[in-house]
Amino acid sequence: MKKAINILVSLVMVAGLVSCNNGENKKGSKGQGGLATNAAEKVYVAPGEHDEYYAFFSGGYSGNLTVYGLPSGRMFKEIPVFSQFPTSGYGYSEETKPMFNTSFGFVPWDDSHHPDISQTGGKLDGRWIFINGNNTPRIARIDLETFETVEIIELPNSAGNHSSSFITENTEYVVAGTRFSVPVPQRDMPIKDYKGNFKGALSFISVDQETGRMGIKFQLMMPGFNYDLSHPGRDKSHGWFFFTTYNTEEANTLMEVNSSQNDKDFIAAVNWKVIEDYVNNGGGTKMPANYAHNVYDHDTHLATSTMEKEVLTVDPTKVPGAVFFLPTPKSPHGCDVDPTGEYIIGNGKLSADLTVHSFTKMLDAIENKKFDGEAYGIPILKFEDVLAGTVKQPGLGPLHTEFDGKGNAYTTFFISSEVVKWKLGTWEVLDRQPVFYSVGHGMIPGGNSREPFGKYFVAMNKITKDRYLPTGPELEHSAQLFDISGDKMELLLDFPTHGEPHYAAGIRADILKKNSKQFYKLADNKNPYATLSEADARVERKGNEVHIYMTTIRSHFTPDNIEGVKVGDKVFFHITNHEQDFDVPHGFAMIGANNAELLIMPGQTKTLVWEPKQVGVWPFYCTDFCSALHQEMQGYVRVSPANSNMELSWSLGED
Amino acid sequence: MIIGSLLLLGLFKFPLWNIMLGAPQYPEPLGMDIYIEGIEGVKEFDIQNIDGLNHYIGMKTIPKAEDMWEFEVFPIVIGAMVALGVIIGILGFFGKISYKWFLGWFVLMSVLGILGMYDFNQWLLEYGTDLDPKAIMKLLNPDGTPMTYKPPLLGYQKMLNFDVDSWPGTGAYMIFAGMMLTVVAFFVGKKEYKKA
Repeated sequence: MKKAINILVSLVMVAGLVSCNNGENKKGSKGQGGLATNAAEKVYVAPGEHDEYYAFFSGGYSGNLTVYGLPSGRMFKEIPVFSQFPTSGYGYSEETKPMFNTSFGFVPWDDSHHPDISQTGGKLDGRWIFINGNNTPRIARIDLETFETVEIIELPNSAGNHSSSFITENTEYVVAGTRFSVPVPQRDMPIKDYKGNFKGALSFISVDQETGRMGIKFQLMMPGFNYDLSHPGRDKSHGWFFFTTYNTEEANTLMEVNSSQNDKDFIAAVNWKVIEDYVNNGGGTKMPANYAHNVYDHDTHLATSTMEKEVLTVDPTKVPGAVFFLPTPKSPHGCDVDPTGEYIIGNGKLSADLTVHSFTKMLDAIENKKFDGEAYGIPILKFEDVLAGTVKQPGLGPLHTEFDGKGNAYTTFFISSEVVKWKLGTWEVLDRQPVFYSVGHGMIPGGNSREPFGKYFVAMNKITKDRYLPTGPELEHSAQLFDISGDKMELLLDFPTHGEPHYAAGIRADILKKNSKQFYKLADNKNPYATLSEADARVERKGNEVHIYMTTIRSHFTPDNIEGVKVGDKVFFHITNHEQDFDVPHGFAMIGANNAELLIMPGQTKTLVWEPKQVGVWPFYCTDFCSALHQEMQGYVRVSPANSNMELSWSLGED
Repeated sequence: MIIGSLLLLGLFKFPLWNIMLGAPQYPEPLGMDIYIEGIEGVKEFDIQNIDGLNHYIGMKTIPKAEDMWEFEVFPIVIGAMVALGVIIGILGFFGKISYKWFLGWFVLMSVLGILGMYDFNQWLLEYGTDLDPKAIMKLLNPDGTPMTYKPPLLGYQKMLNFDVDSWPGTGAYMIFAGMMLTVVAFFVGKKEYKKA
């Protein structure tokens, strides 16, 4: 009997445990970011099917740009931009080395932050995507037919190129502002004399609508604040550009304290159309400069670098009606403009509230000259006169705001680690979702245009910790995908991202995918070192330079036996891939090469330099599994002593 | 009759035959269109890519127009048949010759067509079996005989990793329609003759 009671008691206990567990499970499935049960279906893209959106994530300290699909979170490509990329030979091949030329010499790395896709009439057109190099100020243009970096322009008078690269709604300008103010021109001077002496350059880079070619139209030389982020006006405010500032204190040391003292910093409103007119009519001052302009050509498969020697600068106080300051609380970070162009959001990162300015009120205040003093000759508008509204106590540490095109805004909060949805105009908070952990930027595909595709929101989190299987102290960053098509945001997916994505740009896949190139036509190859027919494959000596004109086709190199190379020679492998089919690259690797490999796309020519240091017979091979006979795709170079009389010879298939 | 024979002119614009080669790694199949004046790729580089694949099994490259006498003779034969058909048609229309000539043209065209098909099959046979003795891959059939690669004259066949489809092209359908029209012309002519 006692035994029976014991069994009964333990049965009851087990039942209790089970029901407790059930309770927890239920809570778990709802609790963490409101993960609903059909989330898996919403992100599932069946094998062989395509994603609905492309998303381009900046790489931060990787210097590159990665391409993902949404909603699956699958990564498709890493596009090398500001960093050498041994995978393809970008920045190692002779053709691409000039892309890294700067006024500081060869700079093979940068910190890439804010990608932005080209627009026409305020809509994404998918021609190009631009991205900034933050460290050694540069702007890059990536061609969205080839997904390759085709242009990099350096910015003089600039440092910490952070409020970049944002484009106007017809891609008239790519705009790049300096985060760090510096002496202009650079000179040897005491750091403590910063205040009043340093300048902040805001660069307006024009874009040729046919070729995409960039050129600095003018640099607006602003007071020495820190220009943190920016966005163009759109629709009704097209023609204006807005920049957040911090360190209006102009401190030069212990900045975390000294530049956080002012109750309000500024959003600088720049009427670029007025300045454009001014410079088109001969305004501005040309000043000597030295900056690199590097262009990659798809027909020659070759980059060239030109040093520019002059830049046009504009003093904002010389152009009436060009620049105004909008007081904005506490070191605003993100500067975001809603799709109608009416609301300018200052995400005051140290403020408890979100400040929203009204474009209409701003114009009215300017017209009625309701100024509240000036800073370095630039009129300051009254806070109350331009304020549209305040989102009260939405969270801690607001950084960035995106828009869904349906009258809602989504702001990321770094400190309280959440995304908050609120309504434009009423300023009421509609929903909030936790993110894991400490979100930086958010991104809605098309969010930087007049017509956002308001279906998904991606949070780019700065802290990963326990979200994935641990991989030691260093972790990839983590992105989180939300469905925002309903009233409440719904967390669908976590996926790791490469480097540190600061921002991303998304576009509907059908706009891009039809334009994506499959391969380069060999007949259009204008590379001076191209070998267009196997019969022209050859080896030439010019002093101690040996030029090998080589071709590849499944599955051999022509030539594959080369003799007459000597220790101390500088050997150039100019390799042309003769394939004319989609997705048949060939690789090239040479034993002991002090650089990288080459990955050569069909129809393309790339050149690798090899300086043989040892006598012997040294193999090279194809690194890309190109065919069933890939392992046989190899060859030898015979290296003779420096004083040898060995004549050059080369062959393929001779016994 | 006139329209029927003129339809043959379509062969100068449209392919007579089409062979498509699909495989797991060719979701978009490679293909060749066989015209009376030569062979062309369905896409710009298909011939080059088919040749590239064929070199593994030691097949010769796909012949250029100048490499085969057929591509010189076929256009002349077709041109002559069109001219003959039109002349017969005109003469028949004005009652200068018997409607039986229409049938005569049809029979001649049928014989030429069968000869053409026979020649085409012979070429496929030679192309698929006359392999380079130094071929990279020499494959055997299950019975131990060397594998050959003759594409089907008509229909579908699985060859190694490739699905091969060989079907008449637009031009062939135009010949067929044209030849049928001449038969119709024959019967119409016969009816008219009986009435008269």
